[in-house]
Amino acid sequence: MIEPVPPEVILMVGALLVPILKGRLKDFYMLLLPVLAFVDLLYMPSGKYWIVPFLNYDLIFGRVDKLSMVFGYVFVLITFIGIIYALHVKDNAQHMAALVYAGAALGVTFAGDLISLFIFWEILAISSVFLVLARKTTESSAAALRYFMWHFLGGLCLLAGIIFYVLKRGTAEFAYIGLDDPATYLIFIGFCLNAVVFPLHAWLPDAYPRATVTGAVFMSALTTKSAVYILARTFPGTPILIWAGAFMTCFPIFYAVIANDMRRVLSYSLINQVGFMVCGIGIGTQLAINGVVAHAFCHIVYKALLFMSTGAVLHMTGKIRATDLGGLHKTMPFTAVCCMIGAASISAFPLFSGFISKSMTVTAVAEAHQVIVWLMLLFASAGVFHHAGIKVPYFIFFGHDSGIRSKEPPVNMRIAMAMAAFICIFLGVYPAPLYNILPFPVDFQPYTAFHVIGMLQLLMFGALAFTILILAGYYPAELRAINLDTDWFVRLPAKRFVLFCQIPLKRFFEFLDHCVMSAVGVFKSSPRWAVTTENGADKLFHIRLASIPDIIYTWTRYLKTEIKQLSLNLTYILVPFILLLFILLYLTK
Amino acid sequence: MKPKHELTFLDSSQNRRRVRKYFYISLVLLLVIDLFIPKHGHFAWEEAPFFFATYGFIGCVSLIFIAKVLRLLVKRKEDYYD
Repeated sequence: MIEPVPPEVILMVGALLVPILKGRLKDFYMLLLPVLAFVDLLYMPSGKYWIVPFLNYDLIFGRVDKLSMVFGYVFVLITFIGIIYALHVKDNAQHMAALVYAGAALGVTFAGDLISLFIFWEILAISSVFLVLARKTTESSAAALRYFMWHFLGGLCLLAGIIFYVLKRGTAEFAYIGLDDPATYLIFIGFCLNAVVFPLHAWLPDAYPRATVTGAVFMSALTTKSAVYILARTFPGTPILIWAGAFMTCFPIFYAVIANDMRRVLSYSLINQVGFMVCGIGIGTQLAINGVVAHAFCHIVYKALLFMSTGAVLHMTGKIRATDLGGLHKTMPFTAVCCMIGAASISAFPLFSGFISKSMTVTAVAEAHQVIVWLMLLFASAGVFHHAGIKVPYFIFFGHDSGIRSKEPPVNMRIAMAMAAFICIFLGVYPAPLYNILPFPVDFQPYTAFHVIGMLQLLMFGALAFTILILAGYYPAELRAINLDTDWFVRLPAKRFVLFCQIPLKRFFEFLDHCVMSAVGVFKSSPRWAVTTENGADKLFHIRLASIPDIIYTWTRYLKTEIKQLSLNLTYILVPFILLLFILLYLTK
Repeated sequence: MKPKHELTFLDSSQNRRRVRKYFYISLVLLLVIDLFIPKHGHFAWEEAPFFFATYGFIGCVSLIFIAKVLRLLVKRKEDYYD
């Protein structure tokens, strides 16, 4: 009998060896890690174990039931596919960050108490920052910083909530939390930030399009879906989530229609899809939770497929804006087909994976007699086909011919895309394996004539609208522009503050300086005094005080150069830290 | 010499028209089938003939027009934040 270990340990500790290995061996080793983690999952029995006493509380690293198991499976699956997709990347820091990131997602999934949850939650945020930083452009470094700040904010809210919660309840264990006091509201906000609930969503369309080609695949799968899992665990049946989710399904589609960067279009459609899940969590019935979990599973795969195929285009052409692309189906037919399979899945076409999962959530909403929400979800279903289903493949692979004649991506990328595409179709045709691992018994038949014809009508007539508007020239033109989102409320004041420091504040200090120096002039009657005071004031103001900004500048400059090497260093610091935690675990058993 | 891959199926406008024709035929087929299938909607109006087709079409047209209005409000130059 094999004794299972916490699966996150395999990935996180495994990440340490990545820089030591080289060539084929490294490829094989990195692929072996998620496989080992998967075997480990198979050996993990249901229940609560791996309990480590920490201060006066118990840290629980293994809370295993059907709900956490499904997410465990899909996180390991997508890590495997993501690693295949990233095999050509030479940057070890990226591989390590991705492995630690995936490990943290597993840690969040199996955490049974709020303290260990918080630790993994933070590792999740920190490790994913490096997947944005690794792009190594000025734009991406700035986006990584903003991404980090957002998650820092969410993490602090969560921490504050956890402290209140633990002090009040006397235990760090959690299951259903529910909204009732300020502590739970803070925890709720922390979770909602990661689940991209409006208006805390702006970090996602800001950071994901600027992440590396391979990093975006991991990011699209892990952060938001681990938040969905944790919301489904702690806040099922919270009415506010129904409306929050319904709103999340609708507003991003408008943004997606006018976005120019194709990965930003996908980011908005990611928010839209998570909206379906959040809405289902709000309904909270067995069918709804089943729908949420099934949808999260399918969504992770098809969204990764879409990010992989657009990423392949970015990798091969160096371009990702709709204005720069078009007509690529001529030289990249394989990528085009994969992209269209992902597009068909996200649009919930019958026989593709989205159909067998999204319809569960929508049916659960109808059964709860939420008429307006149901209509909103239906509108969002048609809308997602419009932008993710048609716009993305059309503007990249068809549309106007951009004259770009790039080759198909490297073979590892193609294998990864083929695997994801296969899963999308397989689950769409034969959903039973997925239905069998859902948390509640499934009594749901997606393939009835009414469902199929209804959905096809909705989608095809949405496509008709697209066709007519494109032919008539009414479709919003592709423009080189950005669109403001809720982060405007944060970014503009920040920019203003810097401007304020640069101009008015500086003027004010110059004025003060002038006043002091003229006050010193009063002493001119006694020349010796005047010279001493003037020298003293001069020293204080122009050397001592003036050196403070200098020192700060030197520090930040140091940080700025250091941050490029930070990823490797920090991973090395993080991993021993986690390792220590688990050594504690075995010593205290 | 002409570059490779220059002309594909979709480059001829005749083929593009043909694809559109089959698309329109499939739409009509969907509407016809709609009249003959058993319906089990949760709401009465969900079972009205062509409900999904009408909703999908109107939804997507309004989506575009609302998005155009939204663009007027939120569109900025690419270096807006710099």
